[in-house]
Amino acid sequence: MIEFTYARASDPSHALLLGAAQDARFLGGGTNLVDLMRETVERPRELVDVTGLASGIEETASGGLRIGAATRNTALAEHPLVRSRYPVLSRAVLAGASAQIRNMATVAGNLLQRTRCSYFYDEDGSRCNKRAPGQGCDALEGLNRGHAILGASDACVAVHPSDMCVALAVLDATVEIEGAEGTRQIAFADFHRLPGDTPHAETLLQPGELITAIELPPLSNEARSAYRKVRDRSSYAFALVSVAAVLRLEGGTIAEARVALGGVAHKPWRAAKAEAILIGQAPSPELFRRAADAELTQARPLRDNGFKIELAARTITAVLSDIAGDAA
Amino acid sequence: MALTVNGAPVPVPTDPRVSLLDLLRERLDLTGTKKGCNQGACGACTVLLDGERVLSCLTLAVQADGRSVTTIEGLVEGAMHPLQQAFIEHDGFQCGYCTPGQICSAVAMVEEWRRGSPSNVTQDLADSAIELTHDELRERMSGNLCRCGAHNGIVDAIVATYVTEGAR
Ligand SMILES: Cc1cc2nc3c(=O)[nH]c(=O)nc-3n(C[C@H](O)[C@H](O)[C@H](O)COP(=O)(O)OP(=O)(O)OC[C@H]3O[C@@H](n4cnc5c(N)ncnc54)[C@H](O)[C@@H]3O)c2cc1C
Ligand code: SF4
Ligand code: FES
Ligand code: FES
Repeated sequence: MIEFTYARASDPSHALLLGAAQDARFLGGGTNLVDLMRETVERPRELVDVTGLASGIEETASGGLRIGAATRNTALAEHPLVRSRYPVLSRAVLAGASAQIRNMATVAGNLLQRTRCSYFYDEDGSRCNKRAPGQGCDALEGLNRGHAILGASDACVAVHPSDMCVALAVLDATVEIEGAEGTRQIAFADFHRLPGDTPHAETLLQPGELITAIELPPLSNEARSAYRKVRDRSSYAFALVSVAAVLRLEGGTIAEARVALGGVAHKPWRAAKAEAILIGQAPSPELFRRAADAELTQARPLRDNGFKIELAARTITAVLSDIAGDAA
Repeated sequence: MALTVNGAPVPVPTDPRVSLLDLLRERLDLTGTKKGCNQGACGACTVLLDGERVLSCLTLAVQADGRSVTTIEGLVEGAMHPLQQAFIEHDGFQCGYCTPGQICSAVAMVEEWRRGSPSNVTQDLADSAIELTHDELRERMSGNLCRCGAHNGIVDAIVATYVTEGAR
């Protein structure tokens, strides 16, 4: 680790002031940042601890929820309103990491956690465009079993590793951000970026900007949701593929369908093509498989990860079938 | 600038790079807490921070400023902690390297379970009295690896202490 200073922010404006310094970074639980600092992949000179800021979960006027950015992952997953109204979010958080890490990790930190691509971590041995723009990407021709099948570029084939974010994608959350120019909201689907030619620019967040909250719009009482994560061992492992979905049936047809995938792209992947196939149809396993295939025609396998295409198709089909239950 | 370690005040190191784990082991000589991977992947360094289980390898000591840390040494109050005794009785270890982390983790895990916190294998999220089945227990303890494969004994020790014999 290189040398740095540490300060605790007392409120958002204090955080913005401290965070404006060059090479300053906000610190949540530190479960990703401290690890990457030890590997000298991240080299901040100043850490601004923001875990003392907003960590409450409140109902909004519209009947949704506002989740403070410093809310710990454990507190989010076990909150009664999250469990009862947004079970897909509780499920996704509980599927991630371990109890110890969830106790430490904050919501904002989870959103901004970086890829687990091993070449990205290998600071002094591998080429990585995300770590060192223009250097090249050793994963393209290397060990890429865990890498992307959707939306990747020749510059970067890494995936976003979060479980929680797959649920936020399917819930149409918004990210609340505070910066020097005031507060702004970004739709969750736009928050993370595809790699393109600039894989180091992972989100729309600008340097010095602080995430203050996540807002969830209300979810219809009739909507049902589920999360399923497929991984190499049954716990404490990142997703190979994960699926979050929300379905609402009305008179025997699908009135609302939202599907998102994790472990397959540089961002939580909203499966818009699959959703378009589902809407207005009578639920059935055949329909679900057709929707999954429609999404995955755009998939591009790498050397080691072709299995993810069929795995994703089957997982989408299984999750939708589970949600539809007897109706399918 | 101070934190509390097993009840005693300890000054926060002046260099913020010092992890809580290194503070405990190298500066306070509390070597019960173990360094397995130093990257969050094994659980050997688990301690209690204000009663919650966390990984001391990914915690900067300065993050614990003003907070209270309990290590395996701090669980001993005169006699061994009942769970320590149970680990001996049920062969909850072989080499013992993961054991302090397992025990600290289990002590906090039981509190999470008692307050109704769900896990990834909980069938019904609305359940207010989740049963600590073997599946639940193994999932809740999955953040603590054991290279020796002493898991059956670990599970037995936890069950004997908190499930079969009730709240001790
Ligand atoms: C062994 C291991 C296994 C894991 N397994 C999983 C898994 O299976 N699934 C999964 O989803 N995750 C997993 N994780 C990742 C874990 O979920 C993340 O490390 C965690 O969510 C990050 O949160 P944090 O608060 O610790 O972030 P930090 O490490 O503190 O910060 C991460 C980033 O967020 C920035 N940041 C923090 N707060 C703010 C804010 N308010 N505004 C702006 N920027 C901010 C920081 O500057 C930093 O860039 C695993 C981690 C480990 C170590
Ligand atoms: S896939 Fe992305 S993160 Fe991995 S080496 Fe290539 S550029 Fe770096
Ligand atoms: S040493 Fe901390 S998790 Fe392995
Ligand atoms: S007893 Fe040896 S690692 Fe668990």
